[in-house]
Amino acid sequence: MKKLILVLMISLMGISVQAQEKKNKNAKYDIEVNGNCDMCKKRIEKAALSVKGVKSAVWHIDHQDLHLVLDENKTTIDQVHEAVAKVGHDTEKIKATDEAYNNLHGCCKFERKQ
Amino acid sequence: MKKQLIISLFLLFSTLLFSQENVTGKITFDDNQPLPGANIYWQNTQIGAVSDDKGNFSIPFTAENTFLVISYVGFQTVTLTITEPKSITQNLEFDNTLDEVTLTKVRKSLQKNYMAAANVQTMTSKELLKAACCNLSESFETNPSIDVNFSDAVSGSRQIRMLGLTSPYILMTEENIPAIRGASQAYGLSFVPGTWVESIQITKGAGSVVNGFESISGQINYEMIKPQDDIPFFLNAYGSTDSRFELNTHFNKKLNDKWATSLFLHGNARVSKNDMNDDSFLDNPIGQQINMINRWQYTDAENGWVSFINFRYMNDEKQTGQVDFDPDRDRGTTNFWGSEINTEKLDISSKIGRVSTEVPWRSFGFQNAFNYHKQNSYFGLNQYDITQRSFYSNLIYNSIISNTLHKIATGLNFTYDQFDEVVNVSDFSRIDNSVGAFFEYTYCNDDDLSYVLGGRIDYHNRLGVFVTPRAHLRYKPFEKTTFRISAGRGKRSANIFAENQQLFASSRQFQILDTGGEIYGLDAEIAWNYGVSYLQGFKVFGKEAEFSVDFYRTDFQNQAIVDVDFSPQEVLFYNLDGKSFANSLQVDLSYEISTHFNVRTAYKYYDVQTDYTIGLVERPLQAKHRFFTNIAYETHVKEKGQQWKFDFTYNWLGKQRLPRTQSNPEEYRLQEFTNPFSVMNAQITRTFSKTFEIYLGAENLGNYQQENAILGSNDPFGSYFDSSMVYAPVFGAMFYTGLRFKIQ
Repeated sequence: MKKLILVLMISLMGISVQAQEKKNKNAKYDIEVNGNCDMCKKRIEKAALSVKGVKSAVWHIDHQDLHLVLDENKTTIDQVHEAVAKVGHDTEKIKATDEAYNNLHGCCKFERKQ
Repeated sequence: MKKQLIISLFLLFSTLLFSQENVTGKITFDDNQPLPGANIYWQNTQIGAVSDDKGNFSIPFTAENTFLVISYVGFQTVTLTITEPKSITQNLEFDNTLDEVTLTKVRKSLQKNYMAAANVQTMTSKELLKAACCNLSESFETNPSIDVNFSDAVSGSRQIRMLGLTSPYILMTEENIPAIRGASQAYGLSFVPGTWVESIQITKGAGSVVNGFESISGQINYEMIKPQDDIPFFLNAYGSTDSRFELNTHFNKKLNDKWATSLFLHGNARVSKNDMNDDSFLDNPIGQQINMINRWQYTDAENGWVSFINFRYMNDEKQTGQVDFDPDRDRGTTNFWGSEINTEKLDISSKIGRVSTEVPWRSFGFQNAFNYHKQNSYFGLNQYDITQRSFYSNLIYNSIISNTLHKIATGLNFTYDQFDEVVNVSDFSRIDNSVGAFFEYTYCNDDDLSYVLGGRIDYHNRLGVFVTPRAHLRYKPFEKTTFRISAGRGKRSANIFAENQQLFASSRQFQILDTGGEIYGLDAEIAWNYGVSYLQGFKVFGKEAEFSVDFYRTDFQNQAIVDVDFSPQEVLFYNLDGKSFANSLQVDLSYEISTHFNVRTAYKYYDVQTDYTIGLVERPLQAKHRFFTNIAYETHVKEKGQQWKFDFTYNWLGKQRLPRTQSNPEEYRLQEFTNPFSVMNAQITRTFSKTFEIYLGAENLGNYQQENAILGSNDPFGSYFDSSMVYAPVFGAMFYTGLRFKIQ
């Protein structure tokens, strides 16, 4: 019986802990994304915005970074990394496949980091 | 009291006049390492600075220069747009090519937009300087999308047209607050001094729903100089051979990093009587105007707040008619024909807006404006008095749906207008009010497609409840190719007397034939506007060129018809019974022949027809064909800012139909159509330094003059007198000169 109460209490606490973890509707992230030109900019931003829950995505060529605002209830930053890598651009976390990279337009073939 | 206030304001400003502000900052490279020895300078000037050991620099800020160039051999040159004194940090990138390339881009004076969904063009302050004189109505002389009519013989004021429709069908807004409407429709443009205006945005066709339901053929918004961007002192003096003199003085003070204020004072006068065509009538009115505005701007960038408060007062007095007319002696008699128009205006407006600091796309704005406009006037034996008290309020909220590709704007408007209007002995006083809600959705994929869907629903005490839908679409298949289509509905109540008051200066009797309608017995005007346009940028011999063609059609479901054809002794007002439309086609070509040498040409075709009592005919005083050319050349800016600017505008107007006068005795008949004619304007500006320039110009260089501008001028109290049929300049060639003095 004691054990049962303990288990119940722990599980209850677990729930309440989870409930307390409030998710940010306008979470801001800056991630590194590599690219070259305005065409890259459009492709990167489009890919990021195609992720449901991403509200704003602005890529800066000079800083090679992507400024994001996303709703954490709907998506995670990892999904953005994946979406951007999928269209051929390396991020700080995920590298694009060689196939995706090779599909990029000539002027977009940025210098890849080793 | 008024005087004291002005004097104390003057004193306040003069003590605060001289202060300088700088743009400061730090130049870095690689990983925020300081870059000493970098060159920092304002583009096309000799004002420069070099970064110190720590990469820091400081350069005097001037409102005139907005492009700050930062360069260092081996690094890519960066050009920043700076509009206010501030602190910046700029990181330079290595230039791998090692070929030094400096890109300079001269800002165009007339900017067509490839991205916006609506057909919007912006006239910058540079464009506005091409016509040095004098007020808003003349600002459009170098813009082919707007036709500026020749001033009517009596009031001397100019009307504008867009898509073949007169200004009541254009929504005019001052910083997005409806401004020239109702009682101020006829002369309002001449109550806005040109030097106050910073830029003008012209939207052809159906406009946005945000500012109301009244616009039919387009929207014109003018932005006035903002206290935060203003220079400490500006002076403009102007004088012309038609004895018109103008003086503009601007004072500005940035009180601290949040508050800035400007005081603009304007005065103009025409002192001597001109009668070039010897018809015993003045070619333009004598009189004077005093006009002043005090603006306050509050900016709190950290928290996203911006606010404006404006106080404005204007007094304008005009006298016209026969040269020998003396108001004290002859008013109300038939000794001599004369007219006086006295207007007083008081405006107070405020704007407050906040951009969310958490997310940049969320913002709200709240605008309020109170206007008082009083006109007392008489035209011969006709008396016309109108006073309008208005209150306008607009609340707008901007945000996004799911992401920044889907933007929304929504909000509420409230308008209250109290008119005290007396025509001779008839009282037409009334109160109008309306409340409405709008919603506008904008989709833009940041690439080839964008569209705007807007709608509003309004309740108006006379017009009832109605819906106003509007839509715009832009497709940009290639970098320099843009297609647009738009459609929209507009509804308005015509202020038939205020809008047609030039007809008081005739022997025409005013007759309103309908009685069942909501306003003056007439129904509200309802029209649909549809448009398509194509814009193409290209290069010829390596120089930029732009070609555009647009077609618009306005279809009236109902219109308050102004019929001057039924009889030369009458003007009839009645509801449209049949068709009324305006087709407009405009073909534009602009070309930069060489750097600083631009040519802009336009051909315009208007087919504007209405079912009058005499059948479906062209609207009178509207040229079917028009041709326009503007040539602008400027020399390179030298060391101290010295420069020459040359500007030439040519307008050709095809024949125009004149109102019917066949029933008059032969000596009082006009031909059916006018002859085609052309008008040329030119201006030369010499800039001596950053602080001083003079200009010299001429209007109507070819000295074209309308013959018989006033019908029956020999017998102004007889039944054939009509001064409303002006289609060409009355005054011959006019020369002017002036100077501008600035303290940066």
